[in-house]
Amino acid sequence: MFQIVKNMNLRGTAAVAALSLTASIAHADEITYVSGATGAAVENFAALVAPWEEATGHTVTLVPMPSSTTDQFGQYRLWLAAGNSDVDIYQTDVIWAPQLADHFVDLRDAAGDLVERHFPSIIESQTVDGSLVALPIYTDAPALYYRSDLLEKHGATVPTTWEELTVTAQMIQDAERAEGQSDLWGFVWQGNSYEGLTCNALEWVKSSGGGQIIEADGAISINNPNAVAALELVAQWPGTISPEGVLAYQEEEARGVWQTGNAVFMRNWPYAYGLGNGDDSAVKGLFGVATLPTGQGHDMSAATLGGWNVAVSKYSDNQEAAISLAVYLASEEAQKQLALNESNLPTIVSLYEDADIAEQQPIIPQWKDVFLQAVPRPSAPTRQDYNEVSTLFFSAVHSVLSGDEDAATALAELEVDLEDLLED
Amino acid sequence: MPTLHPSTKGKPLRRQLNLQQQRVRAAYVFLLPMLIMLLLVAAWPLFRSISFSFTDATAETLFNGQSQWVGFDNYLERRLRSNGEVRWRGVLVDADWWNAVWNTIRFSVVSVSLEAFFGLLVALVLNMEFKGRGLVRAAILIPWAIPTVVSARMWGWMLNDQFGVINYMMMGVGLIDKPIAWTASSDTAMLAVLIVDVWKTTPFMALLILAGLQMIPRDMYEAAKLDGIHPVKVFFRVTLPMIKPALMVAVIFRALDALRIFDLIYLLTPQSDATVTMSVLSYREIQQFGDYGEGSAMSTLLFVIITLFVLLYIKLGRVNLTGATR
Repeated sequence: MFQIVKNMNLRGTAAVAALSLTASIAHADEITYVSGATGAAVENFAALVAPWEEATGHTVTLVPMPSSTTDQFGQYRLWLAAGNSDVDIYQTDVIWAPQLADHFVDLRDAAGDLVERHFPSIIESQTVDGSLVALPIYTDAPALYYRSDLLEKHGATVPTTWEELTVTAQMIQDAERAEGQSDLWGFVWQGNSYEGLTCNALEWVKSSGGGQIIEADGAISINNPNAVAALELVAQWPGTISPEGVLAYQEEEARGVWQTGNAVFMRNWPYAYGLGNGDDSAVKGLFGVATLPTGQGHDMSAATLGGWNVAVSKYSDNQEAAISLAVYLASEEAQKQLALNESNLPTIVSLYEDADIAEQQPIIPQWKDVFLQAVPRPSAPTRQDYNEVSTLFFSAVHSVLSGDEDAATALAELEVDLEDLLED
Repeated sequence: MPTLHPSTKGKPLRRQLNLQQQRVRAAYVFLLPMLIMLLLVAAWPLFRSISFSFTDATAETLFNGQSQWVGFDNYLERRLRSNGEVRWRGVLVDADWWNAVWNTIRFSVVSVSLEAFFGLLVALVLNMEFKGRGLVRAAILIPWAIPTVVSARMWGWMLNDQFGVINYMMMGVGLIDKPIAWTASSDTAMLAVLIVDVWKTTPFMALLILAGLQMIPRDMYEAAKLDGIHPVKVFFRVTLPMIKPALMVAVIFRALDALRIFDLIYLLTPQSDATVTMSVLSYREIQQFGDYGEGSAMSTLLFVIITLFVLLYIKLGRVNLTGATR
């Protein structure tokens, strides 16, 4: 009996070995996927990858990372530089492709004609020197959230300029406070000194005709009168229409104030839409979204292009399975699930016409307008120096907002610092 | 053996020397594992860090050995800009760095002084005989036992301007009329960090001082009592000089800790210029910008500054000590 079992075992092992030599699909791999954790993404992950796990027999383990993209980036770069083979797939921010390209596998062939079904501009942002280093899974572009009930009550319309927003927010805040709503604020946004402030400030500057910090050709454009005027306007907000604490807010703090019904306007990403309409939300059904305002007589709104992608590590031991998962996550099926469950914006053009999405997340088709005005952060022209450029920019903006420096001086200094940094 | 004895007269002496040498050798053998450990975990990383500070290592070149030796450029570099202007660069002329140095020193001096003061108070109370003393002694250690990450997050929410319980309580009793954005405003950010640090590390200080207090012989107090000396005088003439060695050690421990503070500040007030310390700046340079050269230069300077501080403290402490015995 024992002998037979042993024999069978031997034969079994040989069979598996032969199988994995000829067809590695039959071999069950364990894929490690690292991603930042925001909102309900971690809870929904198992359901998202279940169909793929079933079809291929592989399993995926999600390793949640800090929600700050700056912290994620530092860790990932270190792992990749050290050739770490434990992590197979990285969920990457839209701005990372130029900085990490050398460590990722080219996915163009594996993705095949899926590539053509995505927005070309997003595919472009993930292409470095001809190779497609990451596949987009969803895109992100912030919008202006407004409380339709409060606007209606006070006879106001959705503001289209920052100047108008300042006036409307102040008016409603004053009127509501007079009625006893002492916790109500006009406008909440992300003013902490971190990457998010770069996004916010890029929108104020760009939508006021002040350029995009560093232009695509590498010219430093930030020191101009429109940018100064835009920052001077924003510097008035903390303590008037925004709580002073906004200078320490990231996305979740702003959403906290908004979702408890204590803000008239909020600047945030699409994920806040689904959560704002949840059953535990005080603003359920009471709000709408619009494109971000413009300023200084400029007529083109700006929304920082965000979004997340999946990239397969060159050092992964399970590359084949990892590539298959990356392609699945970028496909219509997975993107539709993300759109339905988390109000994430698809990067596949046809999903904006999808009937289920239009019915369950009516906001997504509308968001196409916001997305079409998206501005990239200057990560392509600055490459390895992007993080330092962004830190210099948001530190300068933060010191203006907290009243330590005036806008003209801060931006003039920033220009010199940027020249210094990029001259290397 | 005995037959050989007369012919080898000098041998007992040589043997003794050998024994002495053997003991020394044995001592080294016993020390060796620890020395190797220290070399591996302390000296080698320190050496690497210092040697990185003289190279242009980045996250990309760190592991493939392509970084170049650049001498003192990370510390101070004279650079000619394209328009002919001369710019000095490097950590030593970086205003952010000196701001961080100043923040760190300010933070260390204030927090360690406050902790020494409150720690002494707590230790004096705990040194008295009262019911349930054991329980109180254990309970007071709780803030110290909570991991800094957890306490920083906890205090972050308590100090939050919109939902924070601290603002709520202070408004409730009428101390303030509108919520304070503790961690956001540059005026209060340092205060917020100090509050949390004092709350967290006072128990540690109290524990070390308490150990010192318990070394004082009871009969000294009894003698003072018999002589009818005022308790305040007893404190300054008996208690304080007797616990001074323990207090000095406690302060040096805390000062070393405070000078390299990172976690609390990074979590509570990330990137705020009002609180950024040397360690936070060095972390940012290395981890976020990937500039290992300049970041290591900062770490090296941090190491030098801490060493100077400790030497200064020991020297000043000794001066006082001799002054007291004179």
